Amino acid sequence: MRTIVRMVLTTAVGVIWSVGAQAVTVYVSNEKDNSISVIDGETYEVLRTVPVGQRPRGIILTKDHTRLLICASDDDHIEVLDLETLEVIGTLPSGPDPELFVMHPDGKLLYVANEDDNMVTVVDIEAGKVVAEVPVGVEPEGLGLSPDGRVLVNTSETTNMAHFIDTGTYEIFDNVLVDNRPRVAQFTKDGKYVWVSSEIGGTVSVIDTLTREVVQKISFEIPGVQEEAIQPVGVRLTSDGKLAFVALGPANRVAVIDQKTYEVKKYLLVGQRVWQMTFTPDEKRLFTTNGVSNDVSVIDVEKLRVRKSIAVGRFPWGVVVAP
Amino acid sequence: MPFARPSRRPFCALTVLFLTLAGPAPAQEDDSALVRIAFLKQLVDRPPALSNLDEASDDIGVSGGQLAIRDNNTTGRFIKQRFELDVSVVPADGDPVLAFAQLVADGHRLIITDLRVDTLLSIADRSDAKDVLIFNASASDDRLRNADCQPNLLHTTPSRAMLADALAQYLAWKRWSRWFLVVGRREEDRLFAAAIRRAANRFGAKIVEEKEWTYGPDARRTAQSQVPVFTQGIDYDVLMVADEIGEFGEYLAYRTWEPRPVAGTQGLVPTPWHRTHEQWGSVQLQNRFRETYGRWMAPVDYAVWMAVRSIGEAATRTGSADLASLAGYIRSDKFELAAFKGRKLTYRDWNGQLRQPILLAAPRSLVAVSPQKGFLHQVSELDTLGYDRPESGCKRK
Repeated sequence: MRTIVRMVLTTAVGVIWSVGAQAVTVYVSNEKDNSISVIDGETYEVLRTVPVGQRPRGIILTKDHTRLLICASDDDHIEVLDLETLEVIGTLPSGPDPELFVMHPDGKLLYVANEDDNMVTVVDIEAGKVVAEVPVGVEPEGLGLSPDGRVLVNTSETTNMAHFIDTGTYEIFDNVLVDNRPRVAQFTKDGKYVWVSSEIGGTVSVIDTLTREVVQKISFEIPGVQEEAIQPVGVRLTSDGKLAFVALGPANRVAVIDQKTYEVKKYLLVGQRVWQMTFTPDEKRLFTTNGVSNDVSVIDVEKLRVRKSIAVGRFPWGVVVAP
Repeated sequence: MPFARPSRRPFCALTVLFLTLAGPAPAQEDDSALVRIAFLKQLVDRPPALSNLDEASDDIGVSGGQLAIRDNNTTGRFIKQRFELDVSVVPADGDPVLAFAQLVADGHRLIITDLRVDTLLSIADRSDAKDVLIFNASASDDRLRNADCQPNLLHTTPSRAMLADALAQYLAWKRWSRWFLVVGRREEDRLFAAAIRRAANRFGAKIVEEKEWTYGPDARRTAQSQVPVFTQGIDYDVLMVADEIGEFGEYLAYRTWEPRPVAGTQGLVPTPWHRTHEQWGSVQLQNRFRETYGRWMAPVDYAVWMAVRSIGEAATRTGSADLASLAGYIRSDKFELAAFKGRKLTYRDWNGQLRQPILLAAPRSLVAVSPQKGFLHQVSELDTLGYDRPESGCKRK
């Protein structure tokens, strides 16, 4: 009897919470399944699993939200998925082994990290052409673009640097050394700082974008979790400047950090080997990809609670939310 | 000094190949600091091949070093540092000690070696080696980490004890604890067997039987009749082989009297690097190695890569090309190396051994990575592999 009551209560709470949530669609790339999972953002049901190119990792929405661009790493190009028909309608050049990319705020240019080629490739989406190549460090991965689109920060995993690139000239104007194996770079909304996660170093460096000095190094400590298992990868910052979320990989947790004081407020237990994350447009929910448990966790940003996990394909990597 | 131009410098002209190699040439940057590294390798006489499947290559180690130099130079370009690798390959009947002296006379103070244990010790002991930092990239002998340790030696390759412990932890987790040990005829087989016995003792396994393989080196026509008899009447879980050069070990699987798995130097093998390894970004390293050199990266390539990257990491972090600051940094507790094993690697301060996870590989699949979960340690789980501080007889510190 008690169990039934509890079930009813849980369901009721679940329904109320999802009704309040913004109607969105979530897209997840499954690195080992060569597919994209399409998830209903309200019911959390997987609507479709769409076959795409080999080893899909980074994904991004076009500015008009009608297409999904997919880094098909082992096919050495970017695929264009029409979100109306859910069919791959074309490809874009990317340079070899594209892993992750960001889009200029005007929606015209893509900046692609070519992991095997020590290069950042700049692609004109409309023209389908490579317009520039910027040589960077060994195994480039993380890409962060300043809110005004003028500065691109690229991290290279084996060089251990954040390269500051002028998007007007495609010249590197500064290099900041961070801890081992930097994975993700993320600008604050005001453009004053860029947060860089170091997977093997186990830290997040906050870099002042004017002086290019590391002003803060955040480290993590979780009771009962080996220090070596704490491997920061994904970073997401709320645009009100209050909270930061850092995915800690095999520690299976997302750290919640105060953006102002850099104090770690909480660790949220999610699936195994959590890497990438993304907010809903209203920033009330955060989706995480958990590569080893093959699922996506849904975090309630206001309550700082994990609400749900959604089973997807093998090795979920990238995640985006379409309004 | 010319940069990035392969130049042949004759010394000991007929017997020793000596090349200057560098990474992809960035624009000539004369104001950048130069870090010179040497790689010294002696070729060994190989026994006749038992299988045509594995191609032996004389550039093992050299390619790993070249790739790491390229990686270092890509980084160095941003902070005005450049790296050069001088490669000295001595034939099997050549004199590696002379080649070492030449490298030192040529100004080298960072030398990576692929040499046998006795040669390595006679080199490390020389008076002109006192100010040289030597990275051992191939000798797995435990005595180099213990009684015979040298203050100027670091080891990027794991010791036999580390390999055996890595395997033993996994078998302990499987509860396959009764081992039948088969030992080959060579000295290194006896050393591997000793490491296996030590590991059994540490992790609660029992060697229920031990036999020497006496049927000679090539069993490809006779194994079917010999191996069942050899393994008959013994009650064990795992057949543990000690056959480092692979004279007979490959012929044991599927031929034992009882159906039992094979592990050790064949079957399930503990190794620092393997082609099946793809976790933690290692696909990137495997890819760029294969694309450049047309073969799989060998364990010695990986050990040389880690040595060159250790130097690169120290140069990047200290902003210096000076030997004392590089060596000091590598030995300090600030040093950490990312080497595609999912955690940072550091050097043990008591014997210069690089701590590292060990892969347990079957020919076409990675079975596990040790240390296994649950084997705890007060300092680092990686110190559950090999000789820990209180056990090492090394008195360098």
